[in-house]
Amino acid sequence: MATTVHEPPKPAIGEEPRVRLNDSGNGGGNLTPANGNLRTVHRHSPPPSSTGIWVVLASITMTFLAFTSALVVREGGAKDWQHLTLPPILYFNTLLLLASSVALEIGRRQVRAFMTAKALVGKPGIVKAGAENPARWLYAALFLGIFFVAGQFTAWLQLRAQGLYLATNPNSSFFYVLTVMHALHVFGGLGGLARVIHKFNRSTLRKSTLDATSHYWHFMDGLWVYLLWLLWAKL
Amino acid sequence: MHDVAGHAAHAAHEPTSFIAKHVFSLDHKVIGKQYYGMALIAAYVGMFLSWLMRIHLGWTNAAIPGLETLSKTGAPGGVMTPEYYLQIMTMHATIMVFFVLTTAPFAAFGNYFLPIQVGAEDMPFPHFNMMSFWVTFAGFLVLMSSFFVGDGPTLGGWTQYAPLSAVGAVAGPGQGTGVVLWATAIGLFCIGQLLGSLNFITTTLDMRTKGMSMWRLPYTVWAWFITSIMGLTAFAVLMPACILLVLDHLAGTSFFVPSNLVFNGQLQPHSGGSTLLWQHLFWFFGHPEVYIAIVPGMGIVSHILTTSMRKPLLSHRVMVYSLGALAVLSYMVYGHHMFVSGMNPVSSVVFSFPTLVITIPSTIIVLILLGSLYGAKLRINSASLFALGFISMFITGGISGFFLAQPSIDIMLHATYFVVGHFHLVMGVAAMFGIFAGTYFWFPKMYGRMMNETLGKAHFILSFIGAYCIFMPFHYLGLAGNVRRYQAFTDDYLQPLIPLHRFITVAAILTGLAQLIFLYNLIYSRFWGKPAPANPWEATTLEWSTPSSPPPFNNFGGTFPEVHHDPHQYSVEGASADYIMQTSPEKVNGPDEA
Ligand code: HEM
Ligand SMILES: [Cu+2]
Repeated sequence: MATTVHEPPKPAIGEEPRVRLNDSGNGGGNLTPANGNLRTVHRHSPPPSSTGIWVVLASITMTFLAFTSALVVREGGAKDWQHLTLPPILYFNTLLLLASSVALEIGRRQVRAFMTAKALVGKPGIVKAGAENPARWLYAALFLGIFFVAGQFTAWLQLRAQGLYLATNPNSSFFYVLTVMHALHVFGGLGGLARVIHKFNRSTLRKSTLDATSHYWHFMDGLWVYLLWLLWAKL
Repeated sequence: MHDVAGHAAHAAHEPTSFIAKHVFSLDHKVIGKQYYGMALIAAYVGMFLSWLMRIHLGWTNAAIPGLETLSKTGAPGGVMTPEYYLQIMTMHATIMVFFVLTTAPFAAFGNYFLPIQVGAEDMPFPHFNMMSFWVTFAGFLVLMSSFFVGDGPTLGGWTQYAPLSAVGAVAGPGQGTGVVLWATAIGLFCIGQLLGSLNFITTTLDMRTKGMSMWRLPYTVWAWFITSIMGLTAFAVLMPACILLVLDHLAGTSFFVPSNLVFNGQLQPHSGGSTLLWQHLFWFFGHPEVYIAIVPGMGIVSHILTTSMRKPLLSHRVMVYSLGALAVLSYMVYGHHMFVSGMNPVSSVVFSFPTLVITIPSTIIVLILLGSLYGAKLRINSASLFALGFISMFITGGISGFFLAQPSIDIMLHATYFVVGHFHLVMGVAAMFGIFAGTYFWFPKMYGRMMNETLGKAHFILSFIGAYCIFMPFHYLGLAGNVRRYQAFTDDYLQPLIPLHRFITVAAILTGLAQLIFLYNLIYSRFWGKPAPANPWEATTLEWSTPSSPPPFNNFGGTFPEVHHDPHQYSVEGASADYIMQTSPEKVNGPDEA
């Protein structure tokens, strides 16, 4: 298991080096001041995946905001809205997804500890790696996520058994559209988790990749809770 | 300095196989050229369709030889049916707005030059970048396929207003399969542009080379960066709208179709949908979209004009802030497209105000450009001429925007040729001129050869005069009450306008022919043009610091340039030449003035 983190050394948060103004010749990518107006600079650009994940989440947010406004307009504008009772399994699925997030968070912390410990082995005072292999938490997160999708699938089957199809009434339309769109995004997250595990086991896992994947995963979590509320509430 | 991910992009070796090098390439430069090629094809297809429309408008019952091979039902005997006119119009607009005006100035030039201008080897997510092009291209193919499937492409206009767009085949030819293909194509397009925006934003923020602060970014990079932020939010809203539209067709849902709707004598099996919902979702995308089409052009034009004037613009910062203000405001004005939609009149006032406000940053941008031109010794070449043309078109088209921004006037002018004149000048022709300017300017970098200047100038003069001949009369037609999206004016009060329509048609065909000069120039110069010097325009930005033209696979030959200066340092006092490259270590008196 050749696992290392390739990341440029980073100053801890709060102690970014304060580079003086006309020092523009030595800086890293970011915010080197061109003239005397900026006060501090960050020495390093953040790795693109750390920025990229926020960009991705912003556009997903916009997509679901668009769906939300469609739902609000549709629900408020016509009398054919028949509020459906959500299949109870959804609440169970929610727990699965939340648990998955927790597992991932534990895994993430352990991976960090694991790696720092490994990196420090041999350094004065540190004899052996301190943390255990945290991959099992990553697996736990992955499988809980898969169970979540399976659970959503069950919910669709249950609704279908009740005769509620995509086109039955506007509420069922939105139910399927929102849950399917969310599930598709969750699939993306599952792919990301699988990739993280693969990288962790086989090659190198960058901290920024791990962080980006877990941000995405937690976001899917929050998004689901929001969607559940949106479908449950009578607006 | 550079983090690993930054290097990782090109850590891969230069591909050797043809497919990896030219087809499924991860290299931003190849992807940029692919976008350009697609936009070029799309532009000529779109232009050809506009000829068909113009001929029909001038000579309504004339047979166009060969047209029936395109569609037997749409053009029996070569004479276009009214429906087929609308189908062609819709395809013309969709192709132009999405696959030309968005892809060429933004995706094509942005892909090619943004990474180079910030001093990076590539974008951080090259696989996404490759997908961005191929998904967009798939969208283009899906759209084009609608010409050949079922009863042809949709006739609903590029805005695809519901319920016409949502009820299916009863609404007319192309409203079944045609709309589904349209919405699929646009949905794919949105995904492609979202992937592109992701790369543009992260490249700008995280991949800048040593010394390249945000304020040292050239206008072009600022413009692409701001555009990608707009794209990120706008396309993320249009995509779900397209999904809902497709569902109304294929799954029988009722998102956009109201109850008790009778079409062609048939009661529609939908209930409760909202037609205004589509307009809101569409214009929330649609207005930012017009700025997505124009802001890259503003960046390109500013870049070219500073280079040609040999002096910086009056204010770098105000320019950048104004571009940013356009982006922010562009979300708050979208309702001005809906003044007559039946929405609450109070909303009209609410949307009218920011619409008037958004003219302020537009005006500032124009004033900065004009003010900087004042007294400048401009180097006249094809690129700078087209840049001037851009300004001219933008002003002319922008002025009519002031009128349209008042609901009381817009009620009269909405859906007339006045609006058509407005947006063709301000968005269509202006953005086109931006593309041309960029092409003449960057061709030497992209292909290592110069374009022919004489042909370029001829192309400019003919296009400039031609564009005005075509689009100025539109305003008059609109004021005279000529309704937009009508296919003929044969038997009513518009009869006297027919000669004017014929004049426009002739002008359109001649101007279109002038574009063949450009095509010839492109192809000829690509193979036989005069070899380009390293820095033909004596420009300062990083694309002119690459070791060769075109730049090598990793742009700077494996090293990273180091930036010491602001982007547009021309005529700096005390400098050894009249320009200082951003990479030049030369020290000059006085601060960089960005
Ligand atoms: C100078 C500030 C501008 C103002 C005040 C303005 C105002 C307006 C208004 C009120 C309309 C709606 C007219 C109607 O449908 O009745 C309109 C339409 C339009 N504008 Fe502008 N505009 C401005 C600049 C621009 C720019 C910069 C672009 C493109 C780059 C643009 C592109 C369009 C397009 C494409 C339409 C027609 C959309 C359609 O119905 O198909 N406008 N403009
Ligand atoms: Cu608008």
